[in-house]
Amino acid sequence: MIFDIYNMVLLMPEIIVLSGACLLILLDLVLDQNQKHIIAYLSLFVILIAAAGTWMFAGNNSGEILGRMFTVDGYSTFFKMVFYLSTFLAVLLSINYIKVEGVERGEYYVLMLFALSGMMIMASGTDLLSIYIGLELMALSIYVLTGFIQYNGRSNEAAMKYVILGAFSSGVLLYGISLVYGVTGTTQLSDLAAAVKEQGSMDLALVLAIIFLVAGFGFKVAAVPFHMWAPDVYEGAPTSITAFMSVGPKAASFAAILRVFIGALGPVSVNWVNLIAALSIVTMAVGSVVALSQTNIKRMLAYSSIAHAGYALLGLVAGGPDGIAAVMLYMLIYTFMNMGIFGTIILMRKGNFRGENIEDYAGLSKVNKGAALLMLIFLFSLAGIPPTAGFVGKFYIFMALIRNGYVPLAVIAVIMSAISAYFYIRIVMLIYMKEPTREFDLARSPANSLALAIAAAGTILIGVLPAWFLDLAKNAIFPG
Amino acid sequence: MIEAVHNSLGIPILSIVTFLPLAGAAVLLFVRNAGLVRWIALAVTVADFLVSIPILLNFDRTTYHMQFVEHYQWIPSWNITYFMGVDGISVLFVFLAALLGWICVVASWKAIEQKVKEFMISLLVMQTAMIGVFCALDFFLFYLFWEAMLIPMYLIIGVWGGKNRIYAAFKFFLYTLAGSIFMLIGIIVLYFAGGETFDIIALMQQKFSLPVQLWVFLAFFIAFAIKVPMFPFHTWLPDAHVEAPTAGSIILAGVLLKMGTYGLLRFPMAMFPYATSYYAVPIVVLSVIAIIYGGFLALAQTDIKKLIAYSSISHMGFVTLGLFVLNATGIEGGILQMLNHGITTGALFLCIGVIYERTHTRELAAYGGLAKAVPIYTTFLAIFVLSSLAIPGTNSFIGELLIITGAFGFNKVFAGLSIIGAMLGAVYLLGMYKKIALGEVSSHHIREAWDVDGREIAAMAVLALFVFWIGLNSAPFLDIMHVSVNHLIEQMNTVHGYYATIK
Repeated sequence: MIFDIYNMVLLMPEIIVLSGACLLILLDLVLDQNQKHIIAYLSLFVILIAAAGTWMFAGNNSGEILGRMFTVDGYSTFFKMVFYLSTFLAVLLSINYIKVEGVERGEYYVLMLFALSGMMIMASGTDLLSIYIGLELMALSIYVLTGFIQYNGRSNEAAMKYVILGAFSSGVLLYGISLVYGVTGTTQLSDLAAAVKEQGSMDLALVLAIIFLVAGFGFKVAAVPFHMWAPDVYEGAPTSITAFMSVGPKAASFAAILRVFIGALGPVSVNWVNLIAALSIVTMAVGSVVALSQTNIKRMLAYSSIAHAGYALLGLVAGGPDGIAAVMLYMLIYTFMNMGIFGTIILMRKGNFRGENIEDYAGLSKVNKGAALLMLIFLFSLAGIPPTAGFVGKFYIFMALIRNGYVPLAVIAVIMSAISAYFYIRIVMLIYMKEPTREFDLARSPANSLALAIAAAGTILIGVLPAWFLDLAKNAIFPG
Repeated sequence: MIEAVHNSLGIPILSIVTFLPLAGAAVLLFVRNAGLVRWIALAVTVADFLVSIPILLNFDRTTYHMQFVEHYQWIPSWNITYFMGVDGISVLFVFLAALLGWICVVASWKAIEQKVKEFMISLLVMQTAMIGVFCALDFFLFYLFWEAMLIPMYLIIGVWGGKNRIYAAFKFFLYTLAGSIFMLIGIIVLYFAGGETFDIIALMQQKFSLPVQLWVFLAFFIAFAIKVPMFPFHTWLPDAHVEAPTAGSIILAGVLLKMGTYGLLRFPMAMFPYATSYYAVPIVVLSVIAIIYGGFLALAQTDIKKLIAYSSISHMGFVTLGLFVLNATGIEGGILQMLNHGITTGALFLCIGVIYERTHTRELAAYGGLAKAVPIYTTFLAIFVLSSLAIPGTNSFIGELLIITGAFGFNKVFAGLSIIGAMLGAVYLLGMYKKIALGEVSSHHIREAWDVDGREIAAMAVLALFVFWIGLNSAPFLDIMHVSVNHLIEQMNTVHGYYATIK
């Protein structure tokens, strides 16, 4: 292993985020309770600096370091940008919200930065172990954030469930990794690819290892049947954290999944492609159908998020450069629209009013036209109706599927997407076609408005002019 | 590529006619006064109509090539372009949509009192999407317009509709979405089968393999048949029509349904000639069922709007019959009948809206003696009723005559059966007219009803003008489409010959 100071520069964005987080913990000690928002603004600043660093390395400074466990390439750069974006938006959405919840503390933002660095390591990880370390760093931070509203039973319950099930799934994943190591003698992804190519697809231990990996990663993206935690955790966690974990960690898990399955295990794809295809079908089906009967909007969005994971898994099934790029673009688009919809939910949370029942949104358009219009845009985008970004994301997935001959799978996917359209437009119906049953008092703040504006701009811009974003994703896929 | 670029005007006129309403909608976002909103919406739609006239006047009717073409890069990595153009078939519908645009605004002038601004914005966005559908020559662009239309129409029915509006809005949305997602799959399959392009003109010149033709035809057929709507996909239409506000009904009957038949003509028929002749008989059978079944259903209705809605199913059955008898007479009749139905049924829904504003009922039983109370209105109603049942001298007569003539060239039994449908039309339409207009004045509502005002007369008079213009001198309209239709048939025959040789 060559320890090269010059190459350590590649780690700079991660170093910035981690050391920024550590400094902010110290700063938190000297700040008064009414000054905690300073931590939030400084975390935004840290994220921007790290983003600038990552952007500067993009293109010319790619390479592998730390014994080929960590790589900086276009692929990791793309995903890191998605993480910066989701963390940035989540911090903006939190500033006012955690004040309303009465849990305004500096650690909140610090933990988000730790989670961010975990995600960054996952996207850059080219070894099952470095991916695992990143995943744990991310997951542990989010466990704590889930239970951040200590006085609230639901929040505590959610954190408890998440920790226990998460620890179990990490164990499963680690066991899969150990089997992979036992079969091939390596955990480094490109060595692994070479080893499995030589070994062929008939090795039963490898099949078993793949099943464990699928289960472990499936838990992280809430694929059915590993989705049980998602509705409870989404419902119980602070809404800003629900927003955060529905996009950032999900994108990070997909970043790792693509590298592991298409990159390293691509040569033995016969072993997993049907498994993932079946998984994605039940994931879309359960997500779309169960969401129909939800009355709590956060639970509904949990099932919606499960369904969206199903679509993204289809990109993995399709494989090839288009499959990879389709998942990447989908994650970017999902970040914009899902952050947007959660941002509007956070607007409703004020005083003692939670605003989490779907019925609470009845007649919103009569009171606040701007918020109603934003929800309309995000909901139609989630439903995949053009000219919004959600359509472009699904379109690319379907294109990748059909290019590689999976027409029946594409047909199933569009049917599911038509079913899921129902529960999105039902909310539009409540907002626009019902009379308000109560006074609306929205928790508006400049930070929240900025986050919503960014999310709406992204949702519409990618919907109408996807070319630039599409090429960004296409040019950033890893070789494999 | 043989796309002759005839842009005889030197300006991107199709983009203007398409996006002018959208720009108007953007302006309306910043206007607060409801009265001003109405005037701006009217100004924008009238301007849009004026823009559509030079398109029709400068249209070169001697060529089947696309005209007023605009072609720009849009999403290079998917080979998607911004490609607009019209031929002799689509130009008529651009005109129709632009014509009905301002009529919808007029029809909503007093009828819409709540959220006027939102309504007009929805209406204008709708118009952009509808005109865009007829101009788009790139499948991705086409699909974008096609689906974008769902959002404003969902709101128009659901927010400003009648008692059962939410149910109707959902039904409309889900039916249409369910159809068009299959089309989306079909479009992507064509993209790969046709050499990675969404260019509609290029795809029309491809010879697709038989399985692709047969499957993709079905995918497209479901989408368009739901929109038309053909039997047995028609159940959303009566609900949508009854619950929609007047302007919504005019758009539905006038333009939306035509998007279905236009789609059938433009895509499956032009691209899959083999599949078209393969499926022609079943589709003709469905059309004849729609004609007769729709007629009987209309006969049984007591709600005027529902009656006209079912008559639409019957009349659209004539259109699909004309298209799928696969000869020039039938297809030209079908296209002309699309235009006619848009004008006449649009006008009938306008009439219903006008009288509903005064009497607040649509029950046939509540009416009687309108001719005494509101003579000018009743005269217009008579014109449109007679046009709808295809009396000689009106537009629909020419259309139905051509269709039935074409149908006789295809199969005498189907042609004969369709005549029964035409006779049914006379029964229910004249019956409706008798109950509404003739006899004694039935209630104080009708006695107190005031006759049509200037803005209503203007809208009805323009539509009546087209009823007689097409009815007495249909040649200019048929001329416009003639070359394009012949080209379509030629294309179908040559390609069909090709498949005959490889079989």
